[in-house]
Amino acid sequence: MSFEPRLVGFLCNWCSYTGADLAGTSRMKYPGNLRVIRVMCSGRVDPNFILEAFSRGADGVLVCGCHPGDCHYAEGNYKCLRRLALVRRLVQDMGIDPRRVRLEWVSASEGARFTGVVTEFTEEIRALGPLRLQEWHFDHAAADAQLVHE
Amino acid sequence: MAQVSIKIDGRPVTVEEGSWILDAATSLGIEIPTLCYFKYIKPYAACRLCVVEVWDKRGRSRVVTSCNYPASDGIEVLTHTPRVVSARRMNLEMLMSRCAPLPVLDELARKIGVTTPRWGTGTDTCVLCGLCVRVCDEIVGAQALGFASRGISRTVTTPFEVEAEACILCGACAAVCPTGHICMEEAGGREIVHSEIVLGPNAAITVPSRQAVPNVPHIDPETCVHFRTGGCQVCAAVCPKECINHDDVEREEEIEVGTVVLATGFRDLDPSPLKQYGYGRLANVLTSMEFERMNNAAGSTNGKVVMTNGQEPRSIAILHCIGSRDENSHPYCSRVCCMYALKFAHLVKEKTSAEVYQLYIDLRAFGKGYEEFYQRILTEGVNIIRGKGAEVVSAQPGDPAGKLLVRFEDTLAGRFRELTVDMVVLCTALEANGDAKETGRRFGVSVGADGFYIERHPKLGPVSTPTDGVFIAGACQGPKDIPDAVAQGAATAALAMSLMVRGEVEMDAACAVVDEERCSGCRMCNDLCPYNAISYLEEKKVSTVNPALCKACGTCVAGCPSGNIRALHFTDEQIYAELEGILQ
Repeated sequence: MSFEPRLVGFLCNWCSYTGADLAGTSRMKYPGNLRVIRVMCSGRVDPNFILEAFSRGADGVLVCGCHPGDCHYAEGNYKCLRRLALVRRLVQDMGIDPRRVRLEWVSASEGARFTGVVTEFTEEIRALGPLRLQEWHFDHAAADAQLVHE
Repeated sequence: MAQVSIKIDGRPVTVEEGSWILDAATSLGIEIPTLCYFKYIKPYAACRLCVVEVWDKRGRSRVVTSCNYPASDGIEVLTHTPRVVSARRMNLEMLMSRCAPLPVLDELARKIGVTTPRWGTGTDTCVLCGLCVRVCDEIVGAQALGFASRGISRTVTTPFEVEAEACILCGACAAVCPTGHICMEEAGGREIVHSEIVLGPNAAITVPSRQAVPNVPHIDPETCVHFRTGGCQVCAAVCPKECINHDDVEREEEIEVGTVVLATGFRDLDPSPLKQYGYGRLANVLTSMEFERMNNAAGSTNGKVVMTNGQEPRSIAILHCIGSRDENSHPYCSRVCCMYALKFAHLVKEKTSAEVYQLYIDLRAFGKGYEEFYQRILTEGVNIIRGKGAEVVSAQPGDPAGKLLVRFEDTLAGRFRELTVDMVVLCTALEANGDAKETGRRFGVSVGADGFYIERHPKLGPVSTPTDGVFIAGACQGPKDIPDAVAQGAATAALAMSLMVRGEVEMDAACAVVDEERCSGCRMCNDLCPYNAISYLEEKKVSTVNPALCKACGTCVAGCPSGNIRALHFTDEQIYAELEGILQ
């Protein structure tokens, strides 16, 4: 059986969620792997949400906001852009491939773009394989030994 | 100025002391012939045709020129005594002896009673009235004309008889010249007719079109003499309501409003990039808007359907869907074209005996009464052919104004066909304005892939937008015919009124709240808020959210390093619960 990634999407209410809605009302098809959580603004996406998603078994997290300059709240998407850059470095340090966190701009009229983004992201994560974070075991003893050695 | 009483031909009249007798006579409706008088410049008494007999209080009489004789108390003016008529005849005959036979002099001769001028006629066409010189000086302020030489050599000319640099080509001299000695040549494709009251199509003051809204004249600063020389202002002197203000300037005003309706409309697609239709190259290929203007009684041809050579076309092809329903241009249907194309066919059939060909993809007669109109057109002998026009070329190569060849595929007959016609009308697409996106961004309204504004909901919020208090109406939301645009306009007005009448706005309960017990007062959130809704309370050493300013984006909630800002909507708990649910 092929691997079906479990993806979480945080979509801003004004652009991306409406864009996803448009994809739906236009009967466009995209992989069902993405489960969407609506937030008012991409700036509302707390880095903890992303970490929580990984710890609960997500294989990838997609955050979608309005295009730069189009944010309903003036500049929430820029805040999101800054935070996501940090989140990517953080997860890399944790041993998670930063490609598993993706930020995309999707406007309310871009239903087709939304389906494209989801399809592409799903394929990318499928290629990366499952994360299996819950199965990881952190070897405290080995880490301590290494510290002492240094 | 004091008022004085004078009598003209026995009729008493009260005028300002020192005003000219000619004006008083004109106001009484007494006609005094004149060649050199113009109300808005100083009198000059050059032609001496306006002579009258004036009796003063002491019983003495004189023959004077009425155009520059000031009124004083008690004088009596006689305008048609034998003495006056004889003087006028003499003066006119002397003018005629100098000038070639001119219509204006002949007309005066008929009025005054000169049959054959005693001293014959001359050759000059200038009567030396000096109107041109004085208008150029006093009104225009350019001083590009003057008199040269004296006596019989006297002429009107430019300084040193060379092309005057001071001339601004306003045409005022030609407009006032009574004989046509000075006339305007077509200069730069635009002849300027500038005269009092008579406003030609090229005058500096025009009403843009007969249907203009507001339907008032406007001054074109490019051609108005005042804006080039600072002089003239004759229009302001003529206007009885004192409506004309040359000092007015363009200004930006800020108005505070509670609701905004975007009704920015559409623009017509320019078909010149679609080279296959020959628009711009072939003279008789018109856009639908140009054809509509041609059919308008107030349009360029006064409602006649004519080709560029002025003749009535004997055949017209109307090509639907130019730039719409086209993968290479706009994929959408422009909605109004089918019906106006049928209307064009009806108008052409009514006005001319031309053959009409409609080349369509699908005929969409969707509205009330539209199908019935289509059925009526079918009975009027219009050729309705299913097949989109593919190409328009000249049927006579080398003659862009000649007959046109339209190539298309007749999809019902299943073969390629050609039509030779005199005129082609392109039903061009309705497209979004070029700056629609920029305008929309200012009001928080986004545009769709087609460039038109997106409504809040296609069925339940057709004129609302994601921004409260901003509505959209008409063709800025999508191609639309007049009834639909009117309906939307009325809907937005009602929605705007319902907001304004209430006088207060209900706000979402959604907002962010700071837990002041646990806030460390780091002030990180203060700079995060794009609405400046978060302020720092000095006395409590905590930050607080002003719920009236908060738009509930949640940026501060995600940004609080200690997690002590709570959203009253989309709480952390809710989102974690959602995560738990979807990742089970």
